[in-house]
Amino acid sequence: MNNKLIELRSISKSFDGEQILCAIDLDIHDKEFVTLLGPSGCGKTTTLRIIGGFETPDMGDVLFDGVRINDIPPHKRQVNTVFQKYALFPHLNVYDNVAFGLRLQKVPEDEIRERVREMLVMTGLKGFEARKPTTLSGGQQQRVAIARALINRPRVLLLDEPLGALDLKLRKDMQNELKRIQKATGITFVYVTHDQEEALSMSDTVVVMADGKIQQIGTPTDIYNEPVNAFVADFIGESNILDGVMLSDKKARFAGQVFDCLDGGFAENEPVDIVIRPEDVDVVAPEKGMLVGDVSSVTFKGDYYEIIVDIKGFKWMIETSDYVAPAARIGLYIEPDAIHVMKKSEYSGKFGDYSTFSEEMEHLSDPTIGTEEEDDAE
Amino acid sequence: MKALSRSYLWIIFALLYAPILLLVVFSFNEGGSLSSFTGFSFRWYGEFFRDQVALQALKNSLFLALASSLLATAIGTFAALGLDRMRNRYVKGAVNSVTNIPMMNPDIVTGVSMMLLFVAVAGVFGLSDILGKWTMLIAHTTFSLPYVILSVLPRFKQFDKTLREAALDLGCTPAQSFFKVELPAIVPGVFSGLVMAFTLSLDDFVISHFVSSPDFQTLPLYIYNQTAHEVKYSMYALCTLIIVTILALLLIVNFAGSIGDRRNRRREASK
Repeated sequence: MNNKLIELRSISKSFDGEQILCAIDLDIHDKEFVTLLGPSGCGKTTTLRIIGGFETPDMGDVLFDGVRINDIPPHKRQVNTVFQKYALFPHLNVYDNVAFGLRLQKVPEDEIRERVREMLVMTGLKGFEARKPTTLSGGQQQRVAIARALINRPRVLLLDEPLGALDLKLRKDMQNELKRIQKATGITFVYVTHDQEEALSMSDTVVVMADGKIQQIGTPTDIYNEPVNAFVADFIGESNILDGVMLSDKKARFAGQVFDCLDGGFAENEPVDIVIRPEDVDVVAPEKGMLVGDVSSVTFKGDYYEIIVDIKGFKWMIETSDYVAPAARIGLYIEPDAIHVMKKSEYSGKFGDYSTFSEEMEHLSDPTIGTEEEDDAE
Repeated sequence: MKALSRSYLWIIFALLYAPILLLVVFSFNEGGSLSSFTGFSFRWYGEFFRDQVALQALKNSLFLALASSLLATAIGTFAALGLDRMRNRYVKGAVNSVTNIPMMNPDIVTGVSMMLLFVAVAGVFGLSDILGKWTMLIAHTTFSLPYVILSVLPRFKQFDKTLREAALDLGCTPAQSFFKVELPAIVPGVFSGLVMAFTLSLDDFVISHFVSSPDFQTLPLYIYNQTAHEVKYSMYALCTLIIVTILALLLIVNFAGSIGDRRNRRREASK
């Protein structure tokens, strides 16, 4: 895990005068499952295409095993790609699609037969050898695309939103499958997605990107529990993000109250952003609450209720397993370890207030719904 | 009303095919008459195949159609490739229109201008009698070219560009990716362009009339020269042969694709 396989050194790229990537620095280690996560247009696909050799950076260097590969064309790189729309060759059957890379390397036909068989077994495609790609379902095509890339035994596999076109159930299965394949082969995976849940459940390392910059690099737990700014906090999961002031170490003031927390290292009276996850707030009787507010909406979500509480004009989102009546007055209790303090950033004040929240808005801003496409490569 | 709409189709077919049918029927007429069918015979076919001049014209026509269609297909396919790869939208549009103009240009204008060009070039190099086989070949290749481009270019446009990237990703050089992945996708367009060029060359009269010489006659020119005096009945036989050839080619083009599909399906089933 410690040797760096791919290093991006202050990579910048623009298309038609529009800056897509601004001085990206990223290390990808051997055998790591790295996910580039971000909203549409954040530059994640461009980053992947730069690693694959389909784009050349305007500035900066790409290093592979310590060697600069900026000018190496795709067919000479030890990486293979699983494309967003699979890009299977329509005139070849499954067997010939999978064997394509090996035939180019002039591998003997006997060995090809053995390795294709092995690959088709691993991806659960045994018996599909003679089928044309167009006769396969989306999930099967996806498997062919993965088999076709992995059979070349690349050092790195690049995956560009490979599960985007699959339905939810199939997506979950393929997530487990991919994770299993990655473990079994020990190949480094670089995975691009806009689905935060996918990123958190599969990755060793998550790279959160926005506006052509890397916002945060960390393990899924770090990213969720210790987001560096309001963007990351909002993009990964639900968050209440409040304006606050750090009075001293472990003392923060927000929502008109002083709270104990576990964070420190800020200047005295430094303005900060406070993140509180909806599931970390306890609903108590009004007289026992640290904060008191009125419930403005309750939504049943199956295993929990999602309630919006108005506290002095700021709308909090809270997830609780106990039913609360709409318009009831409730108290909120917040443990010190539920309070996460972040430095102010350019994203402060843009996210984390649920005052305009409605189911409809949720729908509009959820990238997994609808046909929104990653178009930052164009 | 319903009867009218049903008969409409047959009226159109009759108008389109009655003359051709008449010609085919009378090419088998024993006696040399258009007014009465006196008996079925291959007499006129026999006569045609004994006519040395006609056979030479047939040979010239086939050579010209084959050579010019192959040339036009090769040049046209690469022209379409170049057009497809052009970055600048305005230049691309302009070049596209320029290649399309010859198709709308009246044949007579194309014919006259080509003759002028050939004669002028001959004058520069001090040659006389430049018109003949080679000027015919150049002319036929030239006027078929836009049709080939027209049938190949959409195939390039439809081609999924990520397939090219996938091929490169799997280790193809750019040239290999063209031949292994892109060419198979455009072959149907190339083939229909080839057949179109072949038939265009086979039945061209107007342009050929201007750029040919008496010692290199194609079938249309020969037929025209014959009918100038009196209509020989062997010409009916010849025209019938041409119709059958064209029909066969059309059937091949229309069914080639579906036969290929069926063969694939059968191969899959047998595995």
